[in-house]
Amino acid sequence: MVEFIQQILNGLAQGGIYALIALGYTMVYGILRFINFAHGDVFMLGAFAGAYAGPFVLRLNGGAPSYTVAGFTLVLAMFGCALIGMLIERLCYKPLRHQPKITVLITAIGVSLLLENGGQLLFGADPKSFPELITDRALDLPASWGALSVLTVTLSQVIVLAVTGLLLLLLIFFVRRTRTGLAMRALSFNPVAAQLAGVNLNHTIAITFGLGSALAGAAGILISIQQPSIDPLMGINSGLKAFIAAVLGGIGNLQGAVLGGIVIGLLEALVVGYGSPTYRDPIVFAVLIVILLFRPAGILGRITPEKV
Amino acid sequence: MKLRSNLVFLAVLAVFGALSPLIDGLDSHTLLGVAIPQIDAINPYYYDILISIGINVILAVSLNLVNGYTGQFSLGHAGFMAVGAYTSAWITLQSAESGPGLFLLSLLAGGLVAAATGFAVGVPSLRLRGDYLAIVTLGFNEIIRGAIQNADFLGAQRGLGGMIKHTDFFITYACAALTVLVVHNLVHSTYGRGFVATNDDEIAAEACGIPTTRYKITAFVVAALFAGIAGGLYAHFKLYLHPDGFGFMRSMDIVVMVVLGGMGSMVGVCLAAAFLTILPELLRYASHLEFLPVWLRHVAENRMIFYSLILIMVMLLRPQGLLNFKSGTSRQST
Repeated sequence: MVEFIQQILNGLAQGGIYALIALGYTMVYGILRFINFAHGDVFMLGAFAGAYAGPFVLRLNGGAPSYTVAGFTLVLAMFGCALIGMLIERLCYKPLRHQPKITVLITAIGVSLLLENGGQLLFGADPKSFPELITDRALDLPASWGALSVLTVTLSQVIVLAVTGLLLLLLIFFVRRTRTGLAMRALSFNPVAAQLAGVNLNHTIAITFGLGSALAGAAGILISIQQPSIDPLMGINSGLKAFIAAVLGGIGNLQGAVLGGIVIGLLEALVVGYGSPTYRDPIVFAVLIVILLFRPAGILGRITPEKV
Repeated sequence: MKLRSNLVFLAVLAVFGALSPLIDGLDSHTLLGVAIPQIDAINPYYYDILISIGINVILAVSLNLVNGYTGQFSLGHAGFMAVGAYTSAWITLQSAESGPGLFLLSLLAGGLVAAATGFAVGVPSLRLRGDYLAIVTLGFNEIIRGAIQNADFLGAQRGLGGMIKHTDFFITYACAALTVLVVHNLVHSTYGRGFVATNDDEIAAEACGIPTTRYKITAFVVAALFAGIAGGLYAHFKLYLHPDGFGFMRSMDIVVMVVLGGMGSMVGVCLAAAFLTILPELLRYASHLEFLPVWLRHVAENRMIFYSLILIMVMLLRPQGLLNFKSGTSRQST
């Protein structure tokens, strides 16, 4: 039982990271109806932004790891990723806005390959170690928890969950309560009518890409605090898993992305804990296929009939 | 139309047959009383490239039936290639001294098993469209790879080796010519208008009574069949198979060939397959040239950077394909 709770805990921490990446997929899909294949690689760039900015921030703090250092690096990486995301949209996707969807899809795959291989060229193909921004340690659980006090809970797991929750609340506030959020919702509901009502399409799309990429950047830092070894291809696997999470929850649906991320994280942890790591990826893909076949709109999504 | 393309096919086969002793080499012997001198095989490096081109042409042309003519976006072609490669290798490994007969049989079996897999994958996933189809085929590719990784009788993570080199110039290029013939005849037959109709406007085609799903599955199964044959050729040429060689990246290689050649353009796709097989070798050569700046030599070492740039530029500037000189028909898919 304790082992089961331990797996759930590990799964939640991983699922939170998938949820952050999945939000970017889902927001872009909600407005533009296309899968931004390069999103997973923006997550990788977030980790590398942290790896390069981290030591600099550490030096400002006299070399001592602290919450401030981690927080500041997180903000820097999010900002950098937002810029990169907006740049990708402006250069590669905006010129293709009226092209068939398959053209945009292939372009997105191209951007993804470019970031992965450009990353290998710039950063080197071998894994790099991520600077220690926070001293990670296992938390001492109070003895009053009884049998549960033998659980291993690390500080980084708590931080990942807390930051993920905070960012989610901020995002939901932004989408529900601000004018730009209203514009985003209007565009995803009906782009033509929204534009007639005065929503600036280009502006809103750029902000959507920026927001999604910033969240991916944050996820990149958070995963590197947990597992401090990063490489230019780390975005492929996490990006695919996050995409599956977005589809599982219902693509285009913010709550769905979070739910999907957590479900995938838990599933992976349980497969690894009770089965074999080599079955992890096939099982996650099998879940995706089953979902798409029996409930194509995902858990929380609604089915929209195709119009001519 | 049919007759002409069949005659062309036979002529091409005859040319390949005549060329094959020059490329594969020939032992000296007497034929009908005439002494035939020994012919040396060509340089093994060029031979390797030549066979790889043939295998890639089979893969790209068969994928073109799905991604080009029928307008579906499959990202899992390497999965079917893996099925064919492993089936065929497993069959020839059952006998210690496998002859050419068993090899041909194993090629066919590999193709058939791949086609059956294509059917099993296609029936559920072809209900989906566009992005979703791409991701589901990618998922199946990963599942096939995962299955092989866990299958001990196929070598699992150790890889599978010990095959005998059976693949030669003639059989490779005969299979390539056969692929081109079948795909060409299929698409240009009365029946085959359905593929193009599915691509042009799926909803309109369905409204006209064209069974689009059946066309999509047919395209998928035929493509998988030839991918399986290509896999069998590959297995008996490289003589070592590893599940990691049939992942997402391999599938992407084939997709790039189809996109670069122009989706739905036979000549373009064949040219692109040849070009993209030679390109890494040229880049490798370029990366050793002393007079080039160091950064350029670094870029040349990494062919995937070129691939990705080519993909983006082609989509932005020439979405019909770089080597597709036919203009007019707009290949749209919703």
